[in-house]
Amino acid sequence: MKQLVRVVYILWLRQVKRYYRSKPRMIGSLGQPVLFLVALGFGFGPIYQKAGGGNYIEFLAPGIIAMSIIFTAMFTGIEVIYDRQFGFLKETLVAPVPRWSIMLGRTLGGATVATLQGVIVFIIALFIGFRPEIAAQSLLALAFMILVAIFFTAFGTAIASRLEDMQAFPLIINFLIMPLFFLSGALFPVETVTGALHTVISFNPLSYGVDGIRGALTGQIHFGFTSDFTFLIIVTLAVLAIGTYLFSKVEV
Amino acid sequence: MIEVKNLTKKFGDFVAVDDITFSVNEGEIFAFLGPNGAGKTTTIKIFTTLLLPTNGQVLVNGFDPVKQPDDVRCSFGIIFQDQSLDDELTAFENMEFHGVLYGVPKDTRRKRIEELLKIVELWDRKDNLVKEFSGGMKRRLEIARGLLHHPKVIFLDEPTLGLDPQTRNHIWSYIIDLNKKEGITVFFTTHYMEEAERVAGRIAIIDHGKIIAQGSPQDLKNQTNTTSLEDAFLALTGKTIRDEGGTAVERQRIRNRVWRR
Repeated sequence: MKQLVRVVYILWLRQVKRYYRSKPRMIGSLGQPVLFLVALGFGFGPIYQKAGGGNYIEFLAPGIIAMSIIFTAMFTGIEVIYDRQFGFLKETLVAPVPRWSIMLGRTLGGATVATLQGVIVFIIALFIGFRPEIAAQSLLALAFMILVAIFFTAFGTAIASRLEDMQAFPLIINFLIMPLFFLSGALFPVETVTGALHTVISFNPLSYGVDGIRGALTGQIHFGFTSDFTFLIIVTLAVLAIGTYLFSKVEV
Repeated sequence: MIEVKNLTKKFGDFVAVDDITFSVNEGEIFAFLGPNGAGKTTTIKIFTTLLLPTNGQVLVNGFDPVKQPDDVRCSFGIIFQDQSLDDELTAFENMEFHGVLYGVPKDTRRKRIEELLKIVELWDRKDNLVKEFSGGMKRRLEIARGLLHHPKVIFLDEPTLGLDPQTRNHIWSYIIDLNKKEGITVFFTTHYMEEAERVAGRIAIIDHGKIIAQGSPQDLKNQTNTTSLEDAFLALTGKTIRDEGGTAVERQRIRNRVWRR
């Protein structure tokens, strides 16, 4: 057992070290969320206010925090493809450790990086004018951020374990991220959406992540903390199991 | 230690390994020789659970890589033919990563890392990122890493390719020492025939996926009426140069891509 913890730890450590050493990656992945926050926040803010929605930045910031997490998390998967390309994947695959520990170590490493990005965006949002109403619940928000990060890192990693093509990965991930992000309630309130679209939104794991983070920070909540938490836990465990299975089938 | 029965590996309609049968005894130093593209690396990948065989049976340390991959993985160490280091980590971190993955206790790990990095003359560069290393330095680091844990059997896929004679000598004497002191079985491939002749107890020669000869270096020379292993090898495999056409897996990748279109 101790040995397994060590294995997960060393895989996690590797991921974090690589991130820490790649400053352009850190800064580059902040550009998009900041742009969204400023352009949408200040662009739609007045209309949102007029329509009686209140402060839009207040509403938007949790969504953009979630967005920065999902982007970083999903794209972490590309490291699997890099590792395959540059040979390092073999080193981990021949090691006498269970496949789930490889999947878990990689996922936790990527998730740590993604959560960190989310925290940085949170801090930037504070400078832009985001004032969380319930500062005491920031820790609850952090828990939801971590869950979202774990789910989407595992998701991206699972996809990457089946792909050999470095060019295809970003295309596929973008194709997945965009609908996940736009149909999550990150940009608009889910309450006012009805019909098929609402159904789609309520099957999107990110919706629950955004809901949880927003609920914790601003008190505006749609599904409720229990639903958010339960849904995220279930999908996370499922995707970790699928990812482990896919990893056990990888041939190099 | 290694039992191979009627092993076949196909990539699409390309037969990389064609119905081979041989065995390697415990404590033996066994050379697996063959021209480029003969099927050496594919065979090693099947032994080490990285590829699934199409047909036939393999036992490594008594375990089946298909059915008992975890037991097999506990039994071997490997030095790959192509690069397998993390460029973004330092030499020491690469060693440490490997040691933890293989459960080498901390004290032993630190002691061996120092010992091995000194043998490959990288100790004073241990805190440099691997991406700053030259090709030869990376190779030496990979060898040091492969020897960090002491398995039952060690696979060396062209371990000394591109190294100077001094380093090759150091490394081989370390490996032979391991073999003698700890009884570790050594299974290696190489293109340096004098190296195989010097260190190997027994040799198998593979060509076009088939084993065409096996025995001690002396047996092979006797069979072909030659005086050196190099001549014996050439007599057995012919003198035409082989077009490698990428590794077997690359071929499969290319084929898959064509198929998708």
